[in-house]
Amino acid sequence: MSTTTLRAVTRGRVRRSRRRRAVLTALSAAVAALVVVSLMVGQTFYPPGDVLRVILGETVPGASFTVGELRLPRTVLALATGLCFGMGGVTFQTMLRNPLASPDIIGISSAASAAAAFGIIVLGLGETGVSIFAIVAALGVAVLIYLLSFTDGVAGTRLVLIGIGIAAMLNSATSYVLNQAGQWDLQAATRWLNGSLNGSTWDETVPVLAALAVFGPVLLSQARNLTMLQLGDDTAAALGTRLERTRLVSIVAAVGLIAFATSATGPIAFAAFLAGPIAARLVGAGGSPLVPSALVGALLVLVADFLGQFAFDIRFPVGVITGVLGAPYLIYLLVRTNRAGGSL
Amino acid sequence: MTTDHALTTEKLTVGYGDRVVIESLDLLVPPGRITAIVGANACGKSTLLRSMSRLLAPRAGHVLLDGRQVHRTPAKELARTLGLLPQSPIAPEGITVADLVGRGRNPHQRLLSRWSGDDDRAVAAALDATHTADLADRSVDELSGGQRQRVWIAMALAQQTELLLLDEPTTFLDVSHQVEVLDLLTDLNATRGTTIVMVLHDLNMAARYAGHLIALADGGLYAAGPPTEVLTEECVRAVFGLDSRVIVDPVSGRPLMLPIGRHHVSAART
Repeated sequence: MSTTTLRAVTRGRVRRSRRRRAVLTALSAAVAALVVVSLMVGQTFYPPGDVLRVILGETVPGASFTVGELRLPRTVLALATGLCFGMGGVTFQTMLRNPLASPDIIGISSAASAAAAFGIIVLGLGETGVSIFAIVAALGVAVLIYLLSFTDGVAGTRLVLIGIGIAAMLNSATSYVLNQAGQWDLQAATRWLNGSLNGSTWDETVPVLAALAVFGPVLLSQARNLTMLQLGDDTAAALGTRLERTRLVSIVAAVGLIAFATSATGPIAFAAFLAGPIAARLVGAGGSPLVPSALVGALLVLVADFLGQFAFDIRFPVGVITGVLGAPYLIYLLVRTNRAGGSL
Repeated sequence: MTTDHALTTEKLTVGYGDRVVIESLDLLVPPGRITAIVGANACGKSTLLRSMSRLLAPRAGHVLLDGRQVHRTPAKELARTLGLLPQSPIAPEGITVADLVGRGRNPHQRLLSRWSGDDDRAVAAALDATHTADLADRSVDELSGGQRQRVWIAMALAQQTELLLLDEPTTFLDVSHQVEVLDLLTDLNATRGTTIVMVLHDLNMAARYAGHLIALADGGLYAAGPPTEVLTEECVRAVFGLDSRVIVDPVSGRPLMLPIGRHHVSAART
């Protein structure tokens, strides 16, 4: 080996990892800034000092209630669900090597949402019960999609198409539940069909934080194995990756994140679908996409919720905004694969 | 770095679903040499390679590496001795050549270990050996077919295994790139003593570059040995169902197979 090559390899690697670190720092800073801004801005403006004092547990007249009880749970929930959706979504996209195979496209989020709506409205379950019900339903649907699309290899077009069909069925089931329960008000409907952070309390936020604390590290432990899966099953296995174990652990952890987040806010439209591809554009394809996608997911949900609350004359739920952002990208992906003559 | 590893199969039976592809195969890969596996389409060449590298579990029999069953060897441990380049590996969109080659270091890395100087050196050596050093920072998507194949081989080299299995490394390449890839593998075998096993479609390339030929027919072994003994007119008829003439290649002195189609039967007699 020549020393010029070694120097070039080392320099290139250092340059790419510096870029990655710079992007991650910038994303984290943007997320932190948005968290602070969403705590400050609202019908009443509170300066950063007041916000900080509330967070530290001091009593500030007015701010203690508005910031501490209204804005803080909502913002923390936006942050947590964004991280969950971003990380869970990119896990599926990476594992199945297909940006369309995101849990919010192939029916896994829809399963969690339908189960949550059914659990709350029909069965009257509490927060924990709803989350468990949602994760069971989402895992069940993940297994179902896998079994139905098995013949074509898991990454095939069949999986995406079957998933889209199942998502449509589950969404109509959600509508039916909302309708039958006689609670067809706009709040409930948008929450379970599109995703909404309206009326968030700590009761919804805590289970999502717990899911993040449990499933997040589990998923991160598979980060390198997941990047190996990108090379194709045979190549990954030949390089020492244990395929079945990686898939099993990753699916359970990713479905866990998606299901807990969805049972709190509904399936915030396209958040899981968009985070991975945006993150890949920003950090490049070298390393693991998990952390950058989690941050992009958080950024997306925070920005969309902020826009939904304050950018228009009426307040839109967060899922409506992410839906508007995500739909053009979905169309772009479909047009691009079609033009390339490839499969979905 | 050469320690000769013996890769053998004992009464190996493998298949997919209900279909048995290879039945009761006994095989020996001569260490430190280049072996080519030839045979008709769907005769089990790739299946054999996948099974020898632990990707496909045997129905019966064993694959043994130095007397140890490869299917009982932990994946990472095996991947430090035996490498496989499958037929159609997938490059993640936008990945650079250096990063892709770096993925070959996976079996040498632990869960939380950092990228080391050894990893950098292995990547640089692999790039140099495959003449891809000037492509290091390019995106794999931009490369030509020949360049891309060299990069994949570089990835397998970064794995630093003493045995390297390749599934049709020259498919989709034009003749000059085929020769380039096969020359490169010959260099590796000559300079590092790497044992190479490759599935090849082109019988003449196989006869020219391999020291040992394995001809498979109907999931079993038809013949194995030096090309001059294996590549005969009878063998081509038995393995491919094709009439042919086998002459001496004036360039290499190895056998050269000339196929006879239906339209050249009379011309071939003279």
